[in-house]
Amino acid sequence: MPHSSPRRTRRRSVAGVGLAAAALVLAGCAQSDRDGGGGGGAEGSDTFVFAGSAEPVTLDPFFASDGESFRISRQIFEGLVGTEPGTADPAPLLAEKWTTSEDGLTYTFDLRDGVKFSDGTDFDSTAVCANFDRWYNMPASAQTADLTYYYGTLFRGFKTGETAGDAIYDSCSADDPATAVITLKSPFAGFISAMSLPAFAMQSPSALDEFQDDAAENPRNTDYSTAHPTGTGPFVLDAWNRGENVTLARNDDYWGEKAKVARAIVVDIAEPRERADALVNGQIDGFDLVGPADVDRLGEEGMQVENRDPFNVLYLGFNQAQKPLDDIRVRQAIAHALNIPEIISNSLPEGSQPAKEFIPDSVNGYTDDVTTYDYDPDQARQLLQEAGAEGATIEFNYPTDVSRPYMPSPGDTFNIIRTQLEAVGLKITPVADQWDPDYLEKIQGSADHGIHLLGWTGDYNDTDNFLGVFFGTRQDEWGFNNQQLFSDLRAAREVPTLDEQTPLYEDINREVMDFLPGVPLAHPVPSLAFGPDVEGYSPSPVQDEVWNEVTVG
Amino acid sequence: MLRFVVRRLALMVPLLVGLSLLLFIWVRALPGDPARALLGQRATERSIAQVTESYGFDRPLIEQYGIYLRSLLTGDFLDSIRTGQPVLDSFVSRFPATVELAIAALLFAVVLGIPLGYVAARNQGRWLDTTVVSGSLLGVATPVFFLAILLKVVFADTLGWLPTSLRQDPRIDATDVTGFAVLDGLLTREFDAAWDALAHLVLPGIALGTIPLAIIVRITRASVAEVMNEDYVRTAESKGLASRVVSRRHVLRNAMLPVATTIGLQAGLLFSGAVLTETVFAFNGVGSYLFTAIGQRDYPVLQGYIIFIAIIYSLINLLVDVLYGVIDPRVRVS
Repeated sequence: MPHSSPRRTRRRSVAGVGLAAAALVLAGCAQSDRDGGGGGGAEGSDTFVFAGSAEPVTLDPFFASDGESFRISRQIFEGLVGTEPGTADPAPLLAEKWTTSEDGLTYTFDLRDGVKFSDGTDFDSTAVCANFDRWYNMPASAQTADLTYYYGTLFRGFKTGETAGDAIYDSCSADDPATAVITLKSPFAGFISAMSLPAFAMQSPSALDEFQDDAAENPRNTDYSTAHPTGTGPFVLDAWNRGENVTLARNDDYWGEKAKVARAIVVDIAEPRERADALVNGQIDGFDLVGPADVDRLGEEGMQVENRDPFNVLYLGFNQAQKPLDDIRVRQAIAHALNIPEIISNSLPEGSQPAKEFIPDSVNGYTDDVTTYDYDPDQARQLLQEAGAEGATIEFNYPTDVSRPYMPSPGDTFNIIRTQLEAVGLKITPVADQWDPDYLEKIQGSADHGIHLLGWTGDYNDTDNFLGVFFGTRQDEWGFNNQQLFSDLRAAREVPTLDEQTPLYEDINREVMDFLPGVPLAHPVPSLAFGPDVEGYSPSPVQDEVWNEVTVG
Repeated sequence: MLRFVVRRLALMVPLLVGLSLLLFIWVRALPGDPARALLGQRATERSIAQVTESYGFDRPLIEQYGIYLRSLLTGDFLDSIRTGQPVLDSFVSRFPATVELAIAALLFAVVLGIPLGYVAARNQGRWLDTTVVSGSLLGVATPVFFLAILLKVVFADTLGWLPTSLRQDPRIDATDVTGFAVLDGLLTREFDAAWDALAHLVLPGIALGTIPLAIIVRITRASVAEVMNEDYVRTAESKGLASRVVSRRHVLRNAMLPVATTIGLQAGLLFSGAVLTETVFAFNGVGSYLFTAIGQRDYPVLQGYIIFIAIIYSLINLLVDVLYGVIDPRVRVS
């Protein structure tokens, strides 16, 4: 083995120590001579630092489907349609109002006057049509689910490509600068709600022309998507320091209420516990996705914990491809064996509401008039006896290493349900898998599972975004092939107006709760946390949270 | 010397090709489908098939390996599945953070380890020696993540002395010159930024540096103890040389040979320790990104990052070997 000289080693060590010591002395004694420099939160009142759980994927929201990209794009961009504060209901934003034709094929948007994109481009009907046409004309390379999930799913297809025949977008006309008219080929009752999704925010056509190339190998990684995203929102991008943070600056020309802080900085801290530590230690001013285990500590440290109204559902799913779950009496028995208030009080955040069906009550088609399954262990035992399934062994899948807004502590939820099911004589075989990708792959991509914990958070206020996702087609997760349910959902989706949809979805909810593919357990409340000096943050059930009213200190 | 360097560099090529094959097999053997990991709960059979095809995961493995190897040899590295960012770009932007952390850990280990080991050796059998040896045993045995959490609880959460997360306070408007936060602060005279970055290095540096510290203490102690029994040390002492002079000129200098070797080896190992340390301290370097990539089954990132680390590790080793030859003429590098 080669050896080094002691002289050289010592010199290097001494040099290293010397450098560090010099740095410390300099740093300790010197004052910054920069303008605008500030340390340790000295400028806290002018800057809002927020931690998400991951770095955004892209700053062009059209190519995004992740919450962290949308969190930032909501500050930079606005859509034609927003949401009523604190709800998932659509509300005017860049469009002051709209009308829908009787056949549900034509939408006329009256646009807000005097709005400009942050690069000075006018926001008018020409800009609206440029956006709609851009989406429709996406090159084939960008027509994949990882790039254009929302457009591909909701508008069913593009101008070209294998889905062209299914596309529901027809045209956009801009005859009057203040009015944009969108024509669809087939009705889409959820169109207005869908327009509140950040993926369909309005982007500056001139900035897109100059900096974006949708046909690029990576349209999420172009000059536009990383450095020049241009919208009409209360903030503009200052810098995306990859691996560090995204810095937003106040848009002083914003048409609405201007941001109260001059800068908003978004950092990513993957673990909930580390985010809580960073807040308690004053390194950030707020964060999303509070871990249930941290709620008490944050309160004790004087932090504010705020809940979003739940727009989600946690359920216990049944795989009917696995016996005896194909027997309705067994599914009913399991439903009667569950003490849902106990499950909520022992494993879900305070404020979580019991679920009656697979959609929250704010979603169109919710009805109280569905079959319910009260906690009744005796009836559960009787049903199992009738089905010949007394003492049956059932596989119970649950995920580990995960905390989802609708499922904050799956291990705890599993333990309580297991105890309740064993109390009626069922034998439970626990199967735990790591959430991503093992658990999802097993539940959604294979028939190798039994009863399981899963849930969903709605993207926007549309019934199909819940029921259609769960039961719209045959899926391995549920293991049933109920053609009646599939066709009912398809029919409801194609009805032109919400009013006409309502009774259809109410019927479907009744049908689902009779068929009992799973037991909807609860609508858990997701939480955010803030430092004691933060005010003006309005939690939204669909995370439509814009920071222009936020103040710090 | 030149021949030696060229030969070593040439040897790196088959080494990296072999490593790339092992890495490819390992990554593909990980359970889980990257397309499903990417699409999450929104995955449908159709969208999974679409994404699988667009990334070429449906092609024969040998063809996929060929594409990967070609990307390595041409330097046209693949893009991350999750973010679409070129793997090399993301590595370059995060690498300075990890280097800074590794330097902090190494400084902590060397600056404390050598004197402690020396003192222990000079006091063999006494309480001081026992304390140092026991402490070093504890240091080697303590898992990095456990120590990291312990340090956070004590020095950040309870005492509030030091920051717990990130590389720098995001409110500081620091100028980025080299990507090394402390150095940039000094270069641009933004001393508050340099100070803040230093403060952010303390806890992760200690967490990451504790195992190397314990090893350096033990090696130094053993080495010094051995040299102290050498004839030339006894001769020097019997000549009446001052104890300080004997220690400095004869004992420490010769005892440092194995210590230097150990330091070189530990420097490479710090990269693996950084994966956990960076995650616990939300320190956005190469390690925490690699950790996320494993969960996401982000094949290009896993394959790219580990190859980059291997190249850097090989180059450091080569540099150390060359330096040995330059420093100590008794060592013939060829």
